[in-house]
Amino acid sequence: MANPVTVDFPRNFTKALNDGQLRRNLRAAMDTLGLRRRNLFSDPEAFEQLRARGDAIRRRALSKLPQLLEQLERKCTENGIQVHWAETPDEANRICLEIMQRHNATRVIKGKSMVSEEMHLNHFLEERGIEALETDLGEYIIQLDHETPSHIIVPAIHKNRDQIARLFHEKIPNTPYTEVVEELNAIARKILREKFFAGEVGVSGVNFAVAETGTLCLVENEGNGRMCTTAPPVHIAVMGLEKVVERLEDVPPLLRLLTGSATGQLITTYFNMISSPRKPDEKDGPKEVHLVLLDNGRTQIWADPELRQTLKCIRCGTCLNHCPVYTRLGGHAYGYVYPGPIGSILTPQLEGLENAGAMATASTFCGACEEVCPVKIPIVDILRRLRIEAYNKVDSPHAVKGHGYKVNAMESLTWKGWALSNATPWVNALNAKLLGLLGPQLPRLPAPDIVKKWTQSRTLPKFASKSLHVLAKEKGLSDE
Amino acid sequence: MSNARANILARLREVAPQADTAVPEPAAPPIEALSHADQVDRLKRLMEAMHAEVYLTDSGNWTAVLKDVLRQRSLNGLLYAPATPIGTTLSESWESDLPPLVGYDQVVEQSKERLFGIDAGITSTKGGLADVGALILWPTPHEPRLMSLAPAVHIAVLEAANIHDSLADAIAREHWQDKMPTNALLISGPSKTADIELVLTFGVHGPKELIVLILDD
Ligand code: SF4
Repeated sequence: MANPVTVDFPRNFTKALNDGQLRRNLRAAMDTLGLRRRNLFSDPEAFEQLRARGDAIRRRALSKLPQLLEQLERKCTENGIQVHWAETPDEANRICLEIMQRHNATRVIKGKSMVSEEMHLNHFLEERGIEALETDLGEYIIQLDHETPSHIIVPAIHKNRDQIARLFHEKIPNTPYTEVVEELNAIARKILREKFFAGEVGVSGVNFAVAETGTLCLVENEGNGRMCTTAPPVHIAVMGLEKVVERLEDVPPLLRLLTGSATGQLITTYFNMISSPRKPDEKDGPKEVHLVLLDNGRTQIWADPELRQTLKCIRCGTCLNHCPVYTRLGGHAYGYVYPGPIGSILTPQLEGLENAGAMATASTFCGACEEVCPVKIPIVDILRRLRIEAYNKVDSPHAVKGHGYKVNAMESLTWKGWALSNATPWVNALNAKLLGLLGPQLPRLPAPDIVKKWTQSRTLPKFASKSLHVLAKEKGLSDE
Repeated sequence: MSNARANILARLREVAPQADTAVPEPAAPPIEALSHADQVDRLKRLMEAMHAEVYLTDSGNWTAVLKDVLRQRSLNGLLYAPATPIGTTLSESWESDLPPLVGYDQVVEQSKERLFGIDAGITSTKGGLADVGALILWPTPHEPRLMSLAPAVHIAVLEAANIHDSLADAIAREHWQDKMPTNALLISGPSKTADIELVLTFGVHGPKELIVLILDD
């Protein structure tokens, strides 16, 4: 990206951890989402079978990616959808802008799309005098507060109803304060209905694009996605180029995995399959449909067999809901568009390790994300790979962008010492003895900066005066 | 002209095919074939759980059921598609104490005010999905897309014979891949959201109410 964001992780994390309200909002929400998902996939055997299919379908699609993209383009074009390719977010933004300007559009209505967040499309358009209004309720809420989504499925999950009530009261003229969810809904409905009516261009994301038929699938509950893709005369769909699937019959299992994992629903209220613009004899629907295919580093990720698995993701968000780090921090602390486990593997690959490599350290390696992922992405292996490459220059064309940025003499030496100590019994024994003797004094000594930072949000462990080996020996047990 | 397309495809083509990327594909788990009665039951139950109002009737009686439903509400009009079979039935049997029938017969550019101002719309459906409780809609030139979206109440007429066990089943039996329409749609209830504290509320942007008449002869 042109200007990489610098993210201050320690500050963000401390802030998030000290925000009791945020932690309560998150805890309640994540527990509910987890429970709903477990209820839906209550038969473990059937679920495993479905996951295996989801995994296989996504792998097959990725294994044929170049052919499928060409087929998708051909089919879409035959159907009358105009296909555009973009290597960078900036290029994708310009394609959207050019289409909007051609139609003299000043008011754009948007459905939820993580790729458009990745492009920072709203900001780009605003700077050029085009108002881009988010119409998904969650997105609308955070747009009012000039925030970004904190979750890929429930973007305003970090806010509770009093916070939203206050926001509506303050930001929307003539709005009384109300904490009743139905009333808050009704307020948003009224405002957004007027916008749907007047929108000149609709922008949406794509959940699956079917190469076989040139069909763009959109999963949603609110109806705003249908509005954005039906009411305005022009529809622009933006998608990461990995979203393609081969056949229409691949869609039902993926749809089930997506809705079940994301919100615990058998199916969403609406599943929208768009295959063409309005035909000459039809009375509504956009006259032009555009599909923007964004690369933004995905081809680089794709080239490596292990990293490629990142691209299987169907953006269900369930790895966020089950991650002990995400559930305590929320999405904003990560500082980038994609938070949680998927963000921690995707973002450093998109933005480069030198910019976002620290994200790969926001994990406990507990593996919960991998256990729940409906398409079996080996998130932990990829995290480990990113951490290793951060410390090592790799001589491979498929190395992660920015590899080796952390090569650091002091740290390498420390780890070398650690390895030596663990491989050499007498050094290890000596270390244990020293820690036993000196450990209890540590808190009283002036801590070096690095320890101070570490203990800001953690408790310093207490070192026992006798090591386990010694204790075992005293009890007459063999420690061999 | 940008070279994005050529560059992207070149990058993808540069990589040698990787044998380990595809894995064996488990077959679709056998879906238990439902009896007709089970299909209807299941669809009704699941759609009701999603706050749809579902009525079982038959092709001789459905207009009477519809009229009852309409008389219980005060609606400023019913948007309908005059050139469809249900449209003909409606216009032939309409009564003056009912909300006036308004035909969707002009392109949206000339009828936007009307579409967004009317309280209710009625459409036919292409079928239903029993396993998840959803309707299949394939809007047509006669029965356009906004009919099931813009009005606050959507009434859908479903013939029970067109209920499939699942989406996979519907696609396979009807060879959807050979004839996808401009817009195909699955609908499982009135518009809803859970964006505020995950509290489920209905009627956020699309219809606030979904009324389904299942015609089972
Ligand atoms: S990585 Fe897996 S669990 Fe996480 S969002 Fe993607 S598909 Fe869902």
